[in-house]
Formats: sequence, structure tokens, C-alpha cells
Amino acid sequence: MQGHTKKQIAFRLNGEDIEVAFAPHKTLLEVLREDLNLTGTKHGCELGECGTCAVLVDGRSILSCLMLGLDAEGREVKTIEGMANGAELHPLQQTFADLGAAQCGYCSPGFLLVAEELLKKSPDPSRAEIQEALSGNLCRCTGYIKIYEAVELAAARMRGEEMELPKESVYGLD
Amino acid sequence: MVKNLKVVGKPFRKVDARAKCVGQTKFADDIVLPRMLFCKILRSHLPHALIKNIDVSKALALPGVFAVVTGKDFPIPYGILPVSQDEHALCIDKVRFIGDPVAAVAAIDEDVAFDAMNLIEVEYEPLDTISTIDEAVLIDEPRIHEYGDSGNIHKKVSLEFGNVEEGFAEADLVREDTFFYEGNTHLPMEQHAAVAHFDSDGKITLWSSTQTPHYVHRALAKVLGLPASHIRVIATPNGGGFGGKSDPFNHEVVVCKLSMLTGRPVKVTLTREEVFYCHRGRHPILMRVKTGVKNDGAITAMHFQSFLDGGAYGSYGVASTFYSGALQTVTYEVPRYKFQGLRAFTNKPPCGPKRGHGTPQPRYALEVQLDKIAEQLGMDPVEIRRKHLVAPNSITANYLRIGSMGLGQCIEKVVEGSRWNERFSGWDPNNRKLPFGKGIGIACSSYICGAGLPIYWNNMPQSGVQLRLDRQGGVCVMCGSTDIGQGSDSILAYIVAEVLGIDPFDIRVVTADTDLTPVDLGSYSSRVTLMTGNAAIQAAERARELLVMAVAEKLGVPIENISLAERRVFDVENPEIGVTFAEAVVLAESKFGTLGTVGSYSPPRSPGRYKGSGVGPSPAYSYSAAVAEVDVNPDTGIVVVERVWIAHDIGRSINPMLVMGQVEGSVYMGLGEILMEEMVYRENRNVVHKFPSMLEYKSPTTMEMCDVKTYLIEDPDPNGPYGAKEVGQGPLLPVPPAVANAVYNAVGVRIDEVPITPEKVLRALKDKARGRIGRFGPAAIPVVDWPEPLRVLTPSEGGDGSEMPRVAVHG
Repeated sequence: MQGHTKKQIAFRLNGEDIEVAFAPHKTLLEVLREDLNLTGTKHGCELGECGTCAVLVDGRSILSCLMLGLDAEGREVKTIEGMANGAELHPLQQTFADLGAAQCGYCSPGFLLVAEELLKKSPDPSRAEIQEALSGNLCRCTGYIKIYEAVELAAARMRGEEMELPKESVYGLD
Repeated sequence: MVKNLKVVGKPFRKVDARAKCVGQTKFADDIVLPRMLFCKILRSHLPHALIKNIDVSKALALPGVFAVVTGKDFPIPYGILPVSQDEHALCIDKVRFIGDPVAAVAAIDEDVAFDAMNLIEVEYEPLDTISTIDEAVLIDEPRIHEYGDSGNIHKKVSLEFGNVEEGFAEADLVREDTFFYEGNTHLPMEQHAAVAHFDSDGKITLWSSTQTPHYVHRALAKVLGLPASHIRVIATPNGGGFGGKSDPFNHEVVVCKLSMLTGRPVKVTLTREEVFYCHRGRHPILMRVKTGVKNDGAITAMHFQSFLDGGAYGSYGVASTFYSGALQTVTYEVPRYKFQGLRAFTNKPPCGPKRGHGTPQPRYALEVQLDKIAEQLGMDPVEIRRKHLVAPNSITANYLRIGSMGLGQCIEKVVEGSRWNERFSGWDPNNRKLPFGKGIGIACSSYICGAGLPIYWNNMPQSGVQLRLDRQGGVCVMCGSTDIGQGSDSILAYIVAEVLGIDPFDIRVVTADTDLTPVDLGSYSSRVTLMTGNAAIQAAERARELLVMAVAEKLGVPIENISLAERRVFDVENPEIGVTFAEAVVLAESKFGTLGTVGSYSPPRSPGRYKGSGVGPSPAYSYSAAVAEVDVNPDTGIVVVERVWIAHDIGRSINPMLVMGQVEGSVYMGLGEILMEEMVYRENRNVVHKFPSMLEYKSPTTMEMCDVKTYLIEDPDPNGPYGAKEVGQGPLLPVPPAVANAVYNAVGVRIDEVPITPEKVLRALKDKARGRIGRFGPAAIPVVDWPEPLRVLTPSEGGDGSEMPRVAVHG
């Protein structure tokens, strides 16, 4: 809003130290999208209902629409733009892309970051654990199934295991 | 027969998938332009009122406000259908639902725009409201609109194919049932957003999250008074559509006007609450079905009546009304058929097309009734369906031409997969194979692969594709189609790559830009793969021909010996003799000049000639069968769907992985509709949206989504590209009735009203325990003075598709 004095804070964003000034009432979501031009973080409701705006703060997934930007001071924030290692995609990004886990792709950044958090805590999660971990993120396109499969395949690859997706996941049952 | 396919049928990654997984895809709200202003739209808080005065002076005086517009800035009405041009970008003299747009502001940022919006003073004179179908039928005044068939009835339809009374007389059993399917909404994860930029040349560009840029283009030309050639509409990738971004929207018109007034780019992004008001979702439909059958389950006649609660505007509603009666005949043989449909105006957000447009509701009624009929006849619900399937390559009683028909195979797969015969125990509740509370149910369906006719009448193609080949060997495919997540951009790349023998990722795809791409009508009616696919094949084959001629000449071999594969153009008899694809392009450009080809697609003419025959025809029909397995807790009424087996007749999968994704997504959306999703309204006038938020509008999370076992039936259709049919919408249709039939199998009560909530299950169980009928659902339909039906002789009666002349009444 005009007339508000901007406040400047410093935090670590996707591995880089940054400083940014913004109106103090802004949410982290707004600061990321509007003041830092990182539009990979999406919004679905801006009320904490859909999980679309999830980012990692100090390694934990939070809803950026419910966190004030000012509260990011001194913390480590990771968004979808920081998930790949340079040009090399994170295994989750690779499997989400390859297996059709991203249809419209609008919810994908949130799912990817929450899935990354899960695999850090639990490198070999069961299907039920994946469902539980992703239960705060809504997807209207996929029915979640391709997302589970992408998480499972990425987890196997991150553990260094060979894993083939069952034929029925790609072609249907015989 | 097509052979040795290299791309078609393979699970390639989508061409836009990586961008979506790294956050690089630019959705409409991600667009930021220098000097961009923000728009907020003031919406009516009253459901029905006259606008007496609007004072914008305080808003205009607020620092940072650049323009304020009201209804008087938009005198020209618009609407998606030519017969329902009943919307204004901002209401002029009347508001018709809570959420109707009244005024709009362009300001330096969103916060200032919001403050300015709240400074606009509107003086209303409230009017009585119409909130239900019953009220619309009974109460003529006040009229919500000054057009329509009468009072608050938007449209009445009455059609009869053959003599249904004769059919009922022949029947061994005639059943009449009443059903209600509550409305629900698309709930795309991305809120609608648009950016308009009126540039120094006096031309306007609109980026918008729309499924139908071509129709938005037409609407803008009409409403803004600019030549269409000065308007460019670019559909940004849609963050989910499901039908909800298929109308031209007021916010799209408003930002264009505000940009024209201010000379600066203007953005609007709707809030989630506003998305609920935009709606255009599933019509609530009350239905009465009367069906006559022989003892073997053969249908002798069907009379279907539907009553649609249309909300406050026309939208696609006339088409929705016809669709609610069009596809009943496409699944099982229905030799005589009568349809009566009515759409009411009510003071609620307008309804329109949602995945399955107008057909999941009647499909629910039909499939649940068929289950009841099977019980009465003592037949297995699988058998009653399997025995009476519509014949492939036939014409239905209402003149829809069936091509390939794989429903028999679909049924076989889900019956086998679900071990139906081991688990379905017949109709005797005392002789169960599954324990009480566990149940299994089946339903089938069919859907169009694109509408036979365009929304506005014309003789031009419905889809166009343009190919450009450059001398570096680059191929660019341009098409007006809009990727809403279903993968339509990828389908273009796969098909062109298949024809030209290159890799799909060699191809650049440019879509959904009315300046750059030939017209495709849009992502609706499951038309895109079939229509753009056929257009792409034609364009690519024309390019292939040029390459083949040039290379044949160079190699000195007959043109029929030239083949394209693995990025090479070569002699099939001596495969080592040939040139690279890029060299072939150089040869062809040297011979023919700059290389570009076009392809287009128009659907075949439908055999129907009667008035109303425009809705229902399609180049092909897809088929689906589903078995649902449920667990119903008789103490709480909670229904858990544990698994769905679904088989879909896809014709041929252009990409099986994307087909699987559409099937799974359809099951998910069907599950949401049958178990929890509903657009409902509160207060005594029943017009305030009960919960316009994602928290309270319940939709399935990972915890509610069921296991899905999918079968793809590949029986290529001659009208589909490589035989492909649709998959985006059809597989939703059998899910709600399969679950309802499984609930009956589990606990012996019929829930004839969607969604099946625990309260309804408990009410029905309690009624049953008290010796009443174990059923929850509507009892009556409104008494309506239907017009005399248009009578059409069926094909088997020797009809030619035209209506019979009405008997002249002499005074």
C-alpha cells in the first residue's frame, strides 16, 4: 500500500544471500512473487487451504501465503527455482516431468518441495506415508496417482536403486 | 493400417513438462509488464437488484487510481452462445447474483485498487429473488432476464424420436425414477487472471487464462468496438480448466477497456472467492426417467426429462440443456426416445460446462435406474448392460452416428479385474458374498470426441495447423489450441514427429495466439486430440510430400521408395542411401521455395436434420466402464471408495501415459462429485454461496483418493488421428453411478441424489429400518406445460433425420 515505509531484510534464498525491501504487511508469497520476481511459487487460495504456495523454510515446508515476509529474516528459504542443481534437475523434478505427474503444472512446485522434504526425512517412504505427507496439497488434474509414482521412482533413484515403473502405470493393465 | 509407429503409442514426456517442474511456465498472473496497473472488480452483494446510482468520485479521487469504469462503459452485450448474448462486462441497470460485476478500478497496485473499489458507492433497489427450479417454474415476475421462453424459463426443449408410448406398451416392465444431481464447480488450482496491453499502435493484446482464445477474441471485438484484426488474444498455459475457463469473462473485457483508457498494461487476478462466483460449472439437474424394458432387459422406449438450474446467465446453458438429453442413446440400444428439457434462470452464479458437459447427470440417472431394473428383472447388472449395447457403425434413434464401439471389451476387462462374478451375489440381501457394508457396483458411459458443429454457424474448419520448416531442419507447428494441462501441445509435436520421422523434442510448438496461430476453436468438448491431430497429420503429410519429392529427385529413386525415420530421409531399399532431415529440408526449400504447409479439419456431416440435431453429433464416441468397490459404515453413513476398476475405449493412445493420467484424473473428479463436492447456497432465500473457499468446498485430498486399476482398450476409430478418440472427459461419467450402485450393494439403500453424503446414507438406512423405502432422493418434478414435441421418425422407421411436419391446426 502506498504510504507504507518499506522494511528491508536479509535472508538466504535458494543458496544465495539476498536483501529485499517491501511493505511490512506482505506475505512471503507476495515478497517472492512481486518483489523478487520468483513467480514459480504459485497461489491457489492465499488462505492456507490448498498447499500450492508451499516453500521450504529452514528445510521445513511452510505455506508462504500464511507467513509474513518479515519473518524470513535470517532464515533459509528454498523455492522451486532453487530445487535443481544448476541445469541438472532434482530427481523429483525429473520423475514428475517424465511420468506425467505435472498435468497443468500449477500445483507442481508445492508438491515437489513437500516431496523433497519427505524424502529427506524418509528416503524409502511407503505409499501411505507419501499420501500422508502430500495430504495438504490439492491437485485437480492427476488424481494424485502419477504424483505418488513419481515420488516413489525418484526416491528409489536417490537411494541408488534401479527401479522400473510397473508397465501397468504407463500402459494400463492387460 | 498404420505400422511401425515410432512416436505414437509411446510414453514420451510432455513437451512442456520440464518447464512446469522448474517453475518456468508463465501462467497469466506471472506476467509482469513495465508500468502495469492492477484491476479490482466491485461485485454485487445482492442477489437481485436494480442499480439506481453508482458514485465513483471518491474512488477516482484516491491517489494512485488511474481509471474507474462502470456498466455505461460497456453498452454492448456478449455471451458464448449466439442465442444467449445476455452478459455485460459490468452490469448496467441490474445485478442478477451475488458476485455480478458492477464497477472496476485500475490503480498503481493491488492494495490501492482494493481500497478504491471499497470507495465506490452503489445504490440498489432490491428485487425478489428466484432461487430454485421450482420457483423459476412457478414465478414469472420479476424476470431475471427479458428474454427466454417465458417468465424465468430460459429454454424448453421437447423432442420425440419414434413413438415412445408404443414402446412402453410393448414393454414387460416400465419404471419411473427421479434423481437429483447437485451442482459442483471446476475448482482449477489457478485462479483466472488476465493482462491487457493497449499499445502505441492502437492495438490490444490480452494474455488470459482461457480455454477458448478464439471465442474471447470474437467477444472482445464485439464489445470493445475495435476491429478483430487489432486484437490479439494469447491464452497462457491454463492452471487447470475443466470447462471453467471456456466462456469470455467480464474481467477479460474490463482489463482491455482499462488499458485502452489508461494507456498502460492492466492486470487482473481473481481471488479464490471470485472464482467461485465466476463458476460456469456443473448444472444442478433434477431428472425423471421413464424406461420400458422387455424381460431380457432390452429397452423398448425411454422418456427423459431434465430440469436445469442455470443460474443467472445463459453461458453455454442452451447447449447444456440439449446435452442433458443427447447421449442417452449412444451406450445401449434405445429404439424410441423422448426428451424434454428445461433450463431455469435463478439468482445464483451462472452454470455452464464442466468436464462431461451436461452428461454426467443424466448418465447417473440412467445407470442407477438400470441397476434397479436389473434387480426387478432378476438380472445381473453386468448382463443387462452387455446384452444390449449399441451396435458399432450404426445410427441411433436421435441420429447420432456411432463408429467404433469398444464398450463390450471395456465391460469384460472391469468384470474380470474386479472379480465381479466372485463378489456380486445377485439381489438377495440374505445371500451375500461380501460382508454387509462392503459393496460393488458397475456403470458404463460414452462421450463425444468433439462437437460436430461449431458454436457459431460457419463452413470453416474447426481446427487449423500450420507448419514451418526452416533450412536448419527446424520444424515449428502452429495451432490455435490451448494446453490446459491435458497435453494438447505435446500431441501436436508427437503427431508431426511421427509423420516427419523426427523426434518430438526437435519440434517447436506455438499455440493459442490469435495473431500467430490458425484458428482452433478451443479446449472443450473433448475435441482437441481428434481435430488438431487430424489437422496436424494433414499439414505434416503435405510437408512430407515436399521433402519426399525433393529427396527422390536428388537420389534418383522413385518417390514411393522414400521413407522418413530417425531424422533421415532415405531409400527404403537401400536405407544407407539418403540424407539427413535437415539436408532434405534444404533440398526441398531449394526446389520449392520457403517451406510452409497447412492442414485443417472439419467433422463429417451428421445425419440429423431436425431442429436441435446440432448437439450430440461427433466424429466418434469414446466408451468407458467402471466397477467401484466401497465400504459403507452403517453407523456413520460414511462411504469410502476403496478401488475403481475402469476401462476406457481410447481408439488408440497417442501417448498412453497421458491417457492414463486423464483416466485417473477423471476418476478423481468423479469421486469428488459423488462423495462431497457441491455448490450450495444458504440463507432463507437460498442465494448466498455457502462456502466459496477451498477449505469448505470439499474436494478429495490424497487421503480420499481411491486406488485405480485402469485398462485401455485400443480399437482404432477411422475418424481419429491414428484411430485416437477422447479421454479427457468420458472416464468421469461412469464413476458416480458405479459408486451409487456399489453403495446399494453394500447396505441396501438407494441414494438417488448426488453427492452421496453420510447424512443421506443414514437417513435412507433409518427409513429402511423403520420399514419404509430405503431411499434418499427427490420425489416429484415440477408440473410444466411442455411444448408439443418435435417428432422425428427413427432410422428404423424409415426416417431421413428431419422432423415430421407439424399437423396444421385449422380454426
